[in-house]
Amino acid sequence: MPHSQHPIELLRFNTCGSVDDGKSTLIGRLLYDSKNLMEDQLEALERSADITGGGQINLANLTDGLRAEREQGITIDVAYRYIATPKRKFIVADTPGHVQYTRNMVTGASTANLSIVLVDARLGVIEQTRRHSYIAALLGIPHIVFAVNKMDLVDWSEARFIEIRDAIEDFLPKLDAFKDVKFIPISALNGDNVVDASPHTPWYGGPTLLNHLETVHIASDWNLSAFRFPVQWVNRPNNPTNKELHDFRGLSGQLAGGTVKVGQKIMVLPSGLKSTIKEIWTYDGKLPEAFSPQSVTLVLEHDLDISRGDMIIGLENLPGMSSDLQARICWMHQRPLQRGNKYFLKHGSQTVQAIVAGLDSRINIQDYEAEIAPPELAMNGIGEIRLKTSKPLIYDGYKTNRLTGSFILIEQGTNQTVGAGMLLPPLEAVKPEYNDFAI
Amino acid sequence: MTSYHLDHLQYLETEAIHVMREVAAEFERPALLFSGGKDSICLLRLAEKAFRPSDIPMPFLNVETGHEFPELLEFRDRRAKELGAKLIVRTVDEAIKKGTAHPAPGEISRNKLQIPVLLGAIEEFRFDCAIGGARRDEEKARAKERFFSFRDAFGQWDPKNQRPEIWNLYNARLNSGENMRVFPLSNWTEMDVWEYIKKEQLEVPNIYFSHERECFRRGGQWLPVPPKHTDPTKPDPFAGGRPKPNEPVKKLVVRVRTIADMISTGMIESKVYSVDDIITEIAAARVTERGSRADDKVSEAAMEDRKKAGYF
Ligand SMILES: Nc1nc2c(ncn2[C@@H]2O[C@H](COP(=O)(O)OP(=O)(O)O)[C@@H](O)[C@H]2O)c(=O)[nH]1
Repeated sequence: MPHSQHPIELLRFNTCGSVDDGKSTLIGRLLYDSKNLMEDQLEALERSADITGGGQINLANLTDGLRAEREQGITIDVAYRYIATPKRKFIVADTPGHVQYTRNMVTGASTANLSIVLVDARLGVIEQTRRHSYIAALLGIPHIVFAVNKMDLVDWSEARFIEIRDAIEDFLPKLDAFKDVKFIPISALNGDNVVDASPHTPWYGGPTLLNHLETVHIASDWNLSAFRFPVQWVNRPNNPTNKELHDFRGLSGQLAGGTVKVGQKIMVLPSGLKSTIKEIWTYDGKLPEAFSPQSVTLVLEHDLDISRGDMIIGLENLPGMSSDLQARICWMHQRPLQRGNKYFLKHGSQTVQAIVAGLDSRINIQDYEAEIAPPELAMNGIGEIRLKTSKPLIYDGYKTNRLTGSFILIEQGTNQTVGAGMLLPPLEAVKPEYNDFAI
Repeated sequence: MTSYHLDHLQYLETEAIHVMREVAAEFERPALLFSGGKDSICLLRLAEKAFRPSDIPMPFLNVETGHEFPELLEFRDRRAKELGAKLIVRTVDEAIKKGTAHPAPGEISRNKLQIPVLLGAIEEFRFDCAIGGARRDEEKARAKERFFSFRDAFGQWDPKNQRPEIWNLYNARLNSGENMRVFPLSNWTEMDVWEYIKKEQLEVPNIYFSHERECFRRGGQWLPVPPKHTDPTKPDPFAGGRPKPNEPVKKLVVRVRTIADMISTGMIESKVYSVDDIITEIAAARVTERGSRADDKVSEAAMEDRKKAGYF
């Protein structure tokens, strides 16, 4: 039964691996074995098996959505799948492994709590394994699983499994990123250690993949330590007839970090004005306290001039505030990133203009070495840049907060999203000019 | 409050509210597509949660095929009124009369004809954004849909040229003539929708619950017998959607699981009389909800084709 008495947590994960590592088969297997497939989906599967699969059901067909993909036989974009078990609900981002589609992996990984990196047991660690691990680390995914797949093709050899695990553990310290790392020997095709424990791996004492997904501790994946509230929408009912609503002025948004209480002192940036939380308003009634990532409407004691793009913060753990920024960036467009280029930059609820002041390095994701001052960053390139923005950003380092530490770059004219940026920690915390409460 | 932790429905809710507020803040003339169906019922509650105590800052828009269940239209009009929203209705019939929609010879379903009507309404009111209730779990082609789904000046969706969507940073920028479809329920499943309806105690049209109805068998489904054609001076709007002599009519206890219009909604035989019953039924169901829609069975790529042409 997918519904039950106790609250059910949601875990978001993505799958990565190179072409033919078995990603689609694995997701198909998870859907199939956890009974998340329906009769008509099975029927469609059987129908297409007759046409393309020589009569064999192909679990990979479940996730290969678009016709263009079916024709080319590759996954070209991010597809989302939904799995429910009695313990948890899952949102799965199926991210493709083709070299030129790094941008899709970044997309799928950006919201994930956990990444599953598939490794073909026959091939062992390849360039893609290092690339995917790097991207998972770069995007600050707390949990990672290396699923060593096609164990049936290496005779369920424990030695081979350990060899692969060692090779991965060799480079992981360089990434210095994950809260926890798991290695699981599986066969996606036959279902071994995916949902049910395999009889072929008596030497493996760990959980099955689904078991791990159902139990890994994710409660602390949100930043709850520093209050951050990007103002999204100013809520003014403008209702002259209703006394209570006449003067209502709320600030609507989603907590991007920390918690906030009624009566708490806060500061608004960039103005630096201070006030106190008078009400935390929601449709379901007023709250004494709210936490990230809740969506609420804040009412302040003072009527300050606040608009979309402003950030409300607590008085401790101050963020950075600057127009000179340093960031890692993943480039997502054919037209390369070059020094001097101008873009729109969206960060939280604010969009500003940004100019690339410098391209400091490009990271080679095979050996994780940095190439200094490259001429440009091409599609799928990852590098470190400096930006100058038309207005200061109020931000945290991406490692501290994935929401206040991230931005996208948008090409002017075409409006294409061309880059995904992760800010390096601010060099200094904001020093507000005003120290008094607003009157 | 003891734990700073959201359960799955609370998470989906805060995500959807965030998306709705982005729409209100980033677009000049957004609309909300409201059909009266279960997904758009959730959208309305989310809009209330996003924007109250202010008014919902956008009108509701519905495209009628002319084949609607009367119960649904009644419900739609009433809800819009209760919420104090402006409801704009545009119909396939009008569009055919004006010559902006052209029925294919012999085609009974008006699903495809909704496309030019929707695009026409977008142009008429210069909407730059339409919020819809589509979910990624509904159908394969939808699984790759973005929250903010960019449409070119012809209203078309290009699956190979979608903007990457990273974190919760939605790129809402448009050039003139272009527009956006936004789907706050992208990450919701059918079960989530019903659990939310239960939690929020939302009213749904009574055709979701079991009732007696005359049906006939066609294309492996039970289709509802349309209302009688009463005005002989006008052509029968349901011509072709009525049972033929070799399609005997049966009185059954049925309900709808997903609502298209009367011509393409398969009724399912079932005995459910409450939202709790529905949740139990879905938990046990072995057919996805779209399995009961005739319009998707035509070809596996049916939905993909309609989306490319500007379908919701
Ligand atoms: N023997 C064996 N074959 C597998 C396994 N997993 C996947 N495959 C096969 O490997 C091929 C590629 O799998 P697919 O899921 O399409 O890979 P993707 O490109 O990563 O999505 C298919 O022919 C699968 O049947 C496995 O565990 N064992």
